[in-house]
Amino acid sequence: MSTEIASPPAMATEDTNGKAAHRCEATAHGFAVVSLAPPLVAVIAMLVHKLVPNQQTFLRTHLYPGLLQILLGLGLLLVLLQWAWRPSRARIRYYSPLFAGVIAWLCIWDLITLKLAWMPLPYFPGPDMVLQGMWDDWPMLLDSIYRSLKLLLTGYFIGVACGLCFGVLIGWFRGARYWGLPIMKVIGPIPATALTPLALLMFAEAFNSGAAMIAFAVCFPVTMLTMSGIANVPVSYFDVARTLGARRLYLIFRVAIPAALPSIFIGLFMGLAVSFLTLIVAETLGVKNGLGWYLVWKKGYAEYDKVYGVLVIMAVFFSSIMTLLFKVRDWVLGWQKGMIRW
Amino acid sequence: MAEGDDPVVSMNSLRAAQDASSLTAREVRKSFVSPSGSPVLALDGLSLSVRAGEMVALIGPSGCGKSTLLRLIAGLDTPTSGELLVGKERIAGPSATRGLMFQEPNLFPWLSVRRNIQTGLVARGVLRKHRHDVEEFMRLVGLEGFADVYPHQLSGGMAQRAALARALVNHPRVLLLDEPLGALDQFTRMRMQDEVLRIWETRRATMVLVTHDIDEAIYMSDRIAIMSPRPGRVERVIDVDLDRPRKRSSPRFLELRATILELLHFAGQVENGSQ
Repeated sequence: MSTEIASPPAMATEDTNGKAAHRCEATAHGFAVVSLAPPLVAVIAMLVHKLVPNQQTFLRTHLYPGLLQILLGLGLLLVLLQWAWRPSRARIRYYSPLFAGVIAWLCIWDLITLKLAWMPLPYFPGPDMVLQGMWDDWPMLLDSIYRSLKLLLTGYFIGVACGLCFGVLIGWFRGARYWGLPIMKVIGPIPATALTPLALLMFAEAFNSGAAMIAFAVCFPVTMLTMSGIANVPVSYFDVARTLGARRLYLIFRVAIPAALPSIFIGLFMGLAVSFLTLIVAETLGVKNGLGWYLVWKKGYAEYDKVYGVLVIMAVFFSSIMTLLFKVRDWVLGWQKGMIRW
Repeated sequence: MAEGDDPVVSMNSLRAAQDASSLTAREVRKSFVSPSGSPVLALDGLSLSVRAGEMVALIGPSGCGKSTLLRLIAGLDTPTSGELLVGKERIAGPSATRGLMFQEPNLFPWLSVRRNIQTGLVARGVLRKHRHDVEEFMRLVGLEGFADVYPHQLSGGMAQRAALARALVNHPRVLLLDEPLGALDQFTRMRMQDEVLRIWETRRATMVLVTHDIDEAIYMSDRIAIMSPRPGRVERVIDVDLDRPRKRSSPRFLELRATILELLHFAGQVENGSQ
């Protein structure tokens, strides 16, 4: 009876995984040598650092050579791993050129600053100097990361909560839509940073005013995309649910919101991006701590090595949070796999 | 979104199930405003009665209001005038006692097959009590082993089976089928017809089947209601006096087919299977 033209579940999932792996394999195939690139480039970078004379006057440390040694060790480890453990092979070979590129970029940076002095100090320090700056200030940086994270998450989650509530209300109830939509449309596009004076007035504590600004910034995109997601749910889903005995709460929470989730996640991503921006502005204007404040403070003393240091940390900080949200989305929207590409 | 105000257990009185699951439409009119703003009369004084446990096919030219009638019986829309009864009770909104199956499976893509089928039980808050029904219905439609698969991984026929199981899980007394097999290929469709018949024979629900396929109507139903072009009315009701299981090639089958074709010619239109 069930001799229908459909692949059983196990096969279906294997197929999608298999395809990705196959793509990986195809680009790496015949490039066994490629995994040797990272350690090779690391050795070149070490030689450049050791042999080329310095032209920027600068106290030499062991941090940059140490970093290169770690990268060399890591590269060699991966060479051994892909040789010894077959399942890791495709992946390691796929990422080897990228890894080598990162090391090459460090080497070029070292060359054009410390070695050749094409870029003038104090504005363009070399990697060694930036590492030294981070090393010297690590307790302060750690504290800044903690405070930034706390402010960001507080503001973001308040903003998301408000955005989801407003979005669902405006998307679902006609009365809320009539009053809420014009308000959102007029007030929402105001850049949150323009509200700094107001936020500082309304909240005695700088942390609260910063969190309020971030929440405001996040709330708008989350509201709009939740609303449009809910408004665009196919009516047939509601018809089906209603003929199965669903009442209003079921229709909202078990039909409208799940169906709107892909759109809601776009709002969450937009909100996250704008929350980063607002965080840095809030920290430089009112809040007297955190990564943004550290950046401006160090710039004030012309300590550009530390400015770059904190920029590196921000890059890691923000991209980690972004990656985390991607993971959450992949987990929540797993049912979409195969329907759309990402 | 209007809310269904017909509680699921409103008809818990122990009246004869026979009586409670018959359908009556009296002088039903339904007009609505088209997207261009002009009023459209979809149904004009349609009358039809379906006995409890009977399978009636609705057939007619495109746009004659067949789907409109099903939506009215399901309680998703309200008639402009006229009366629609289930048993002796007026239809006042959607109810879990009246299942509806669309041409598209309309499975919720975010739920696995099992959880799609459970929808009716969860919505009514009786999942705990009837959990075993879910397994039973998955077996009934041949989806055992596919419980944790997501809809996008299913073929058209399997998705439609899942939709059928979902519509059955509340044990509806009336099952409304809006061209449920229309999007399937010929072979899958004929196999599904047998399965729907098997389910109908074991469950003895009242069924109304909207179809474009004259063979399907003759093969499956007790009676065939032929509708006029818009505004829709029941033009003629034909008894299908064939013993079950039916043979698609029996002389009487072909004779009925010719009669219906003639009637549809007589109505001024030839059904060509397009929507």
